[in-house]
Amino acid sequence: EKTKTSFMSKMSKAVAGKTKVDEEVLDDLENVLVSSDVGVATTIKIINRIEDRVARDKYLGTEELNKILREEIAGLLSESETGEAANIQLPDVKPYVIMVVGVNGVGKTTTIGKLAHQFKSAGKKVVLGAADTFRAAAIDQLQIWADRTDVPIVRQKMGSDPASVAFDTVQSAVKQNADVVLIDTAGRLHNKVNLMNELTKVKRVMQKVIPNAPHEVLLVLDGSTGQNAFEQAKQFTAATEVTSLAVTKLDGTAKGGVVIGISDQFKIPVKYIGVGEGVEDLQVFNKYEFVDSFFRQ
Amino acid sequence: MFDSLSDKLDNALHVLKGHGQITEVNVAETLKEVRRALVDADVNYKIAKDFTNTVKEKALGQDVLTALKPGQMMVKLVKDELTQLMGGEAEGINLSGDPSIILMSGLQGSGKTTFSGKLANFLKTKKTKKPLLVACDVYRPAAINQLHVVGEQVGVEVFSDEGNQDPVAISKAAIAHAKQNGHNVVIIDTAGRLAVDEAMMTEISNIHEAIQPHETLFVVDSMTGQDAVNTAKTFNERLNFDGVILTKLDGDTRGGAAISIKSVVNKPIKFIGTGEKMDALDVFYPDRMADRILGMGDVVSLVERA
Ligand SMILES: Nc1nc2c(ncn2[C@@H]2O[C@H](COP(=O)(O)OP(=O)(O)OP(=O)(O)O)[C@@H](O)[C@H]2O)c(=O)[nH]1
Ligand SMILES: Nc1nc2c(ncn2[C@@H]2O[C@H](COP(=O)(O)OP(=O)(O)OP(=O)(O)O)[C@@H](O)[C@H]2O)c(=O)[nH]1
Ligand SMILES: [Mg+2]
Ligand SMILES: [Mg+2]
Repeated sequence: EKTKTSFMSKMSKAVAGKTKVDEEVLDDLENVLVSSDVGVATTIKIINRIEDRVARDKYLGTEELNKILREEIAGLLSESETGEAANIQLPDVKPYVIMVVGVNGVGKTTTIGKLAHQFKSAGKKVVLGAADTFRAAAIDQLQIWADRTDVPIVRQKMGSDPASVAFDTVQSAVKQNADVVLIDTAGRLHNKVNLMNELTKVKRVMQKVIPNAPHEVLLVLDGSTGQNAFEQAKQFTAATEVTSLAVTKLDGTAKGGVVIGISDQFKIPVKYIGVGEGVEDLQVFNKYEFVDSFFRQ
Repeated sequence: MFDSLSDKLDNALHVLKGHGQITEVNVAETLKEVRRALVDADVNYKIAKDFTNTVKEKALGQDVLTALKPGQMMVKLVKDELTQLMGGEAEGINLSGDPSIILMSGLQGSGKTTFSGKLANFLKTKKTKKPLLVACDVYRPAAINQLHVVGEQVGVEVFSDEGNQDPVAISKAAIAHAKQNGHNVVIIDTAGRLAVDEAMMTEISNIHEAIQPHETLFVVDSMTGQDAVNTAKTFNERLNFDGVILTKLDGDTRGGAAISIKSVVNKPIKFIGTGEKMDALDVFYPDRMADRILGMGDVVSLVERA
């Protein structure tokens, strides 16, 4: 809180009544953004926006200024169709198929467990698909989440074809008249061509059951990841047309600022944030709270 | 992402070349580009600043600055400085104990369990050791199973006590088991934890205290951004760890966190992880890492053009 207040007041003093922001203050802002993993290019973009805005609307008071700072940064974050909804909402498609993708260890399986819990609590019928057939005990891990949240899981044995598991899952969901399907996939680094092609295939195979499935491709990003997340977003989008983002592990000291540039560049909304390992530790993304966290110590 | 340092430096060095020698003014301009490139490679911004200041001092403090090719010299200076920063004597793993006890630590998902398996495999096949893997992650769903699968893959026994929620007790029992069964290395896998999670940090300090490991390793994801310094600092304060393991370097991350961590805790980077398979482990080469961070596998061509 201390950092936030002192930074904000310093910023205000520096621009109030002026048409130009002090160099020193811009340096401070640059430090705040860069240390939140926003990255150099996006930081420069934000600073330019603030400079433009100050040049336009001079004689700014403290309050206005804080508002502008938040607005200009948050303005880069893409809106999701669900907007600022405080609750997780599902479109009117049944079953609504969500495929979850991302690099190794970011929190895909855990996020699925948390989502299953939220959907189930909202009275939805959920089915999980264990399409990570590769990583040691990945299926067991998802099974534990299925048990914990009391939702059915479709699984085959380790080493089987992930596309076949996804196919079975969607088919079973249709048969059970389920509302939502969550497909877990193995973590994979985005520069591995074969593994990325495999993901494209998993997606394609589901379309044999439901032509426009998956309705959502959720890319999970680890909140402590730095600028490499850009390349992740780019390559996963190329392979699977990512439609939404989740940022995990924001219960630590990492800020996850890299998603600002990603959301801006690829026009993909951030939908959820992960704030712990428990079943309740998933929140709907709020961009103002997110931006505010950069200015907090 | 890959508007690499080469291009940026090329532009900045253009300025230098025009002047024919390094002055306070043009060195500042060049180093600003270097700093931004380092930050884009995920080097902590404060450390990047300190680093470029050091390079500046070195650049200005030398006679050679009036030499004909200041650009070439700058590139070399930056790279050498980075390499040196990450270098130091490459120490191996301390295997002096009987058994030698190795404790894994790190954030969630950094690669501890996978690396435990790789290390067991390495010690078994390359150092003819008889390791024991110990499952002390009592939280993550299926963590114990995961270690059993990994152990099976490398043919190393896994000690676990399903239902026991006390990692201190489990690790002590495992060491006793190792002594009885002729294991000369004990590798203890622990749950992932955040540096700000006081209860969990106390837990791992307690394990550390109770078993007095010969080697405590901090496992870190090479894709980590600015936060690497906070995490490394806190884990080091609590555990005074002996070495760092950088995982997932088979990706295309620049890996600037390596510099941040080294600068903050000054502990050697002992191994790198280069894949999900059990043989995907390598020793750490500071000069390769410097090249990678700078994004100049083509330093040579850059130098030739400068
Ligand atoms: N603190 C914290 N830990 C998290 C969060 N989300 C996931 N984790 C932890 O991160 C680790 C990895 O999570 P997983 O869900 O297994 O990640 P994954 O992406 O499925 O991993 P792979 O399948 O191996 O690629 C586990 O220890 C989780 O408990 C979060 O929001 N906060
Ligand atoms: N590509 C690649 N993947 C790796 C590497 N090391 C680990 N992984 C993967 O990263 C993910 C997480 O690895 P784990 O070993 O489960 O990580 P952990 O630190 O034990 O995770 P927690 O116990 O949840 O804290 C898994 O999908 C691993 O297969 C590596 O060097 N390269
Ligand atoms: Mg998983
Ligand atoms: Mg583990």
